[in-house]
Amino acid sequence: MNRMTKQHDFSGEFFYSGDEACAAGAIAAGCRFFAGYPITPATEIAETMSERLPEVGGTYMQMEDEIASMAAVLGASWGGVKAMTATSGPGFSLMMENIGLGAMLETPCVVVNMQRAGPSTGLPTLTGQGDMMQAKWGSHGIYSIIALSPASPQELFDLTIQAFNLSEKYRVPVLVMSEEAIGHMYEKVIVPKESDIKLFPRRRPQVPPAEYLPYRPDGDLVPPMAVAGEGYRFHVTGLTHDERGYPVMTAEAQHKLARRLVDKIEQNQQDITLLEETDTENADVVVCSYGISARVASIAVTQAKAQGIKVGMLRLITVWPFPAEKIHRLAQSVRAFVVPEINQGQISLEVERAAGSKAKTILVPHMGGSVHNPAVILEAIKQAVK
Amino acid sequence: MSTMTVADLKHPLEEHLRVDRLPHIWCPGCGLGMILGALLRAVDKAGLDVDKTALVSGIGCTGRAAGYVKMDSFHVTHGRPLPFATGLKIARPEMKVIVFSGDGDLAAIGGNHLIHAARRNVDMTVVCVNNFIYGMTGGQLGPTTPTTAQTTTSRQGNTEHPFNLPYLAGACGAVYVARWTAAHVRQMERAFLEAIKKKGFSFVEIISPCPTYYGRMNEQATGLEQMRYYRYHSKVQHGADLADIDIKSDGQIIVGKFVDIEKPYLPMPPGADDGR
Repeated sequence: MNRMTKQHDFSGEFFYSGDEACAAGAIAAGCRFFAGYPITPATEIAETMSERLPEVGGTYMQMEDEIASMAAVLGASWGGVKAMTATSGPGFSLMMENIGLGAMLETPCVVVNMQRAGPSTGLPTLTGQGDMMQAKWGSHGIYSIIALSPASPQELFDLTIQAFNLSEKYRVPVLVMSEEAIGHMYEKVIVPKESDIKLFPRRRPQVPPAEYLPYRPDGDLVPPMAVAGEGYRFHVTGLTHDERGYPVMTAEAQHKLARRLVDKIEQNQQDITLLEETDTENADVVVCSYGISARVASIAVTQAKAQGIKVGMLRLITVWPFPAEKIHRLAQSVRAFVVPEINQGQISLEVERAAGSKAKTILVPHMGGSVHNPAVILEAIKQAVK
Repeated sequence: MSTMTVADLKHPLEEHLRVDRLPHIWCPGCGLGMILGALLRAVDKAGLDVDKTALVSGIGCTGRAAGYVKMDSFHVTHGRPLPFATGLKIARPEMKVIVFSGDGDLAAIGGNHLIHAARRNVDMTVVCVNNFIYGMTGGQLGPTTPTTAQTTTSRQGNTEHPFNLPYLAGACGAVYVARWTAAHVRQMERAFLEAIKKKGFSFVEIISPCPTYYGRMNEQATGLEQMRYYRYHSKVQHGADLADIDIKSDGQIIVGKFVDIEKPYLPMPPGADDGR
């Protein structure tokens, strides 16, 4: 079976919704298994995958719920096939259990969350950014995760590929934390030629089965991964385990394992982090935002500049691990950070923590259902430099 | 003259066991050792390529089986071995995927997955070890606890109705359904062999003693007493009407093979044209 590597050329210019672009990115990344459950506003990803996966020898499975979807994604990944699911808030909550298993078993996979306003059923068809902290802390216990935040359909395409690459490289579920506003936005999307898309292949064991230890890490703290059916006869468990993958019920084993699950992400942060920085040098105030809110904020930034305010912009493309050092450095020279987000303050807490007492952090909250009015963000920028 | 010592003896199933993980955690009198032994003998007899055989377990006493077998083995979240196994089987259609888990794992927290995996007729073998109780957590009421039975969360006797698991699996579309007890070692081995060879969703329920919790609280204080109960209260009735084989706390246990049919299954074999 060659489904892991078989690629197809789908290059061209398209008028895609964010959801369609995400599916196109997954196909281009070599994703050949999708398990999901219909949910607004992510359903179009499932529909597109159900149509396109059979064309490339992949499988779409509609599961009985999001718990099963996430479990099936992990099973497929252990079978050596790149796998993903896509959902929104209510489904994201159900996936948390097996996202934790994915982190514990160190299983590459991609989870897309097209955020809508919550809590609970909330506003299914309208946008929100209320799941950003859940992305980091949603499953119980100690682990680190990677979360990306695209700001356009094109970026949904690009970052879905990047999500697969990071998940393979660091053996961790990677979350694409988008929003309804981007998922349902139609824009031009350029799909590059197959040969121009860089894919990170799964790192396979370099030793014979008898010598293979499923959780003995390489230098970058990530262990090579055998897949099922190839004679390695490995055991993996959600219990705290040693390098053999065998359960060990001690504080020492827990320390060693949980420490590495965190360190393999945090210590490789430089390699993982993507940021877009505009005019932050000599800025008095920096607007720090992500996803659709960053797009809206850029209007306010342009207006503020026209009024003579020295304002820069830091767009978080990688939200987790949080680029605290970048914020900390900027805090030495700016007076304030303005953080618009469609929630009651989640990423702003991280900005505040990283900035410390060096610079003010001004949250511009929005409860969801629509995006910010740029005028509100502009007002916050003006307040910041008063 | 050479003398044979215990150290020289090789367990006939050693090749399939992670001997470095023994002794196992199961209590004296528990049926799990016998059941896992029968399953591994069936794996042998079926001539399965062990490199291409996977065992998936959930959480609980039975769930620990995945850690003792020397094959690709997955000890996953509580109730989720079936959807995990579904993803694995779709990704690796050439593999034989066996799910080995308990009644609480498969029928309570994982009940939704059980009915849907059976409905899809995913090609896998499911062994459901039913001891009528949650053993790992210390003896609580479960979805299969017989009415009136005592557990740590039903001290006055269970007031709920238990699942009739073969009826459930059959109604949902399983192509092979059987029930045996831990006292039927040869019969269960044969059932495992048939289930492994079956294409589609095969389901074997094994009634198994838990003297530590279920037995002790229900006047069958030892594994031996529970096994005796199975021996004298079991009745072989192949092809029995699934609706009539529910288990009562002091009643008969109907065992046998109840369903053995052919039906299109997932993943579809390459080039399959079965009119779906």
